[in-house]
Amino acid sequence: MTTVTEKADSGERLAPGTPLLEVRDLHVEFVTRDGIAKAVNGVNYSVAAGETLAVLGESGSGKSVTAQTIMGILDMPPGRVTSGEILFRGQDMLKMSNEERRKIRGRKIAMIFQDALSSLNPVLSVGYQLGEMFRVHQGASRKEAKAKAIELMDRVRIPAAAQRVNDYPHQFSGGMRQRIMIAMALALEPDLIIADEPTTALDVTVQAQVMDLLAELQAEYNMGLILITHDLGVVADVADKIAVMYAGRIVETAPVHELYASPAHPYTKGLLRSIPRLDQKGQDLYAIKGLPPNLLKVPAGCAFNPRCDIATDLCRTEIPALHQVADKDGAELAGRRSACHLWKETLHG
Amino acid sequence: MGRYVIRRLLQMIPVFIGTTFLIFVMVHALGDPVNALFGDRAPDPAVAEKIREQYNLNDPLWLQYLKYMGKLFRWDFGTTFSGQSVTSLLATAFPTTLKLTAVAFTIEVIFGIGLGLLSGLRRGRVADNSVLILTLVVISIPTFVTGYVLQYLVGVKWGAAPATVGDQVTLDRLILPGVVLASVSLAYVARLTRTTVVENVRADYVRTAVAKGLPRRRVVVNHLLRNSLIPVVTFLGTDLGALMGGALVTERIFNIHGVGYYLYQGIVRQNSNTVVGFVTILVIIYLAANLLVDLLYAVLDPRIRYA
Repeated sequence: MTTVTEKADSGERLAPGTPLLEVRDLHVEFVTRDGIAKAVNGVNYSVAAGETLAVLGESGSGKSVTAQTIMGILDMPPGRVTSGEILFRGQDMLKMSNEERRKIRGRKIAMIFQDALSSLNPVLSVGYQLGEMFRVHQGASRKEAKAKAIELMDRVRIPAAAQRVNDYPHQFSGGMRQRIMIAMALALEPDLIIADEPTTALDVTVQAQVMDLLAELQAEYNMGLILITHDLGVVADVADKIAVMYAGRIVETAPVHELYASPAHPYTKGLLRSIPRLDQKGQDLYAIKGLPPNLLKVPAGCAFNPRCDIATDLCRTEIPALHQVADKDGAELAGRRSACHLWKETLHG
Repeated sequence: MGRYVIRRLLQMIPVFIGTTFLIFVMVHALGDPVNALFGDRAPDPAVAEKIREQYNLNDPLWLQYLKYMGKLFRWDFGTTFSGQSVTSLLATAFPTTLKLTAVAFTIEVIFGIGLGLLSGLRRGRVADNSVLILTLVVISIPTFVTGYVLQYLVGVKWGAAPATVGDQVTLDRLILPGVVLASVSLAYVARLTRTTVVENVRADYVRTAVAKGLPRRRVVVNHLLRNSLIPVVTFLGTDLGALMGGALVTERIFNIHGVGYYLYQGIVRQNSNTVVGFVTILVIIYLAANLLVDLLYAVLDPRIRYA
């Protein structure tokens, strides 16, 4: 295996405590005919090796745009990064040349997309598409690439991989296709995987299988994982920490179990309340009132204020900072932050 | 697959019979060929009768058709009124037209797809708008205008290329007529390619290819173009037949003795054997090109299954 030498060139040791990837104050906007849509407004988050960060939010919250910006696959124009840094192993990727960024894509940071059917090329065999990673990045021959493709398909537990390597994406089931996407992302054993709603398009039973596989492989290779989702159920089992996004901002971050147990932002609270529960059978399902804001005219103050039950005048005028959250005695809770003026009331009240 | 091909070949039989019969009827609807043969002079009734007998012109039309088809299957296309065998005419005409078509087709493929790709990748920019305007101009101007203008400018005024072809069918002489013959199809290919490229460039699988860290060239050629060309290939296949039959105008302008030239002569002289013979071969070429396109479709797009 060539993995030893590869890992050597990519693996200069990170200083302890240095995150693998750190997004700092990222702003992304889209120029549209109707004006400028501010999709990402100062996002900060970080992931360490072996850690799973779940980014939670509705459509339009900026979670996918942030991921695409990290990956360098945002359509520019109409998109543009107005400020911020994306540090990968301490280096700002936004300052790199296109060629430097290309060499990181797939090799160091890989991405898994939501809809595997449309994300795989319909006219190329899966073996070709998997093997392409080795041929382009490692200069492997067709034959070597194919052998490695079969190996990969085995790894993600696709039955009879050797017979299926020449099949086309449409010949696989949804779950199998998503496994191929995972295999493709794993191919070069990247340091970080970004999974953008990897299970949304799948049946519930298959969702669990795919999620388990992803978590298992992540642990095995000690990769960082950014899991983008709007599904709270998916997050609970696999994530270490959660960042909740709303209208292009992070509104709350917390270790996963603390967030579920005691949310410190009214939006998170609303999301958790809207999960259907068996013991509430027969009762109306809770829904957060109103609709996500139009990114062309985000409400003044806290973007969530028109939908918030406890909003005050302050919420309507001043954008809340991402406050450090503390317990009742005033002791800071590690890793917990909330962008709510009333986080104390929300958390303790 | 094999069964599909057989079925398609069987389907060709009624199409072949139908088209050839239609042509047969139409050629005879042009008027009495014997009168046409003698031009303005009144023919000697005895001679006219002899010719009519020799060419089965006294039989009912359907019987004439049957007799003609019977000979056709023995590769006998009959003779013209001047006594030349149509087979020998075909043998001189088709190679010439094939060469011209090959030149035109190459130009069409390279420049049509090239311009379309350039245009599609730079949608809304100067290059895109230039290609769109240019192709629209080419499509709106009839071939004989483009032909005569280019012949005059390039061939006569600037002397950059031979103005006519004549009997020396060489590559350098065929380039100018090739450009003229290809021009309209080229414009269509460019526009079609542009449309499919624009459609596919934002496709999820192209985004995946970029996310895999593939070089841009590979993303464009192996992923984007590979998908975008499927409808273009369909057009190119059917156009191959159209180029061969449609070379009529171009062949007249550049004095090329190909299919168009002989077909034109045949129509003017009401030489039914010549016309039917040439058109029959063209029909076969059309049918073969169509079958080839449909089979190629499955090679290009594995989602298509033949049943």
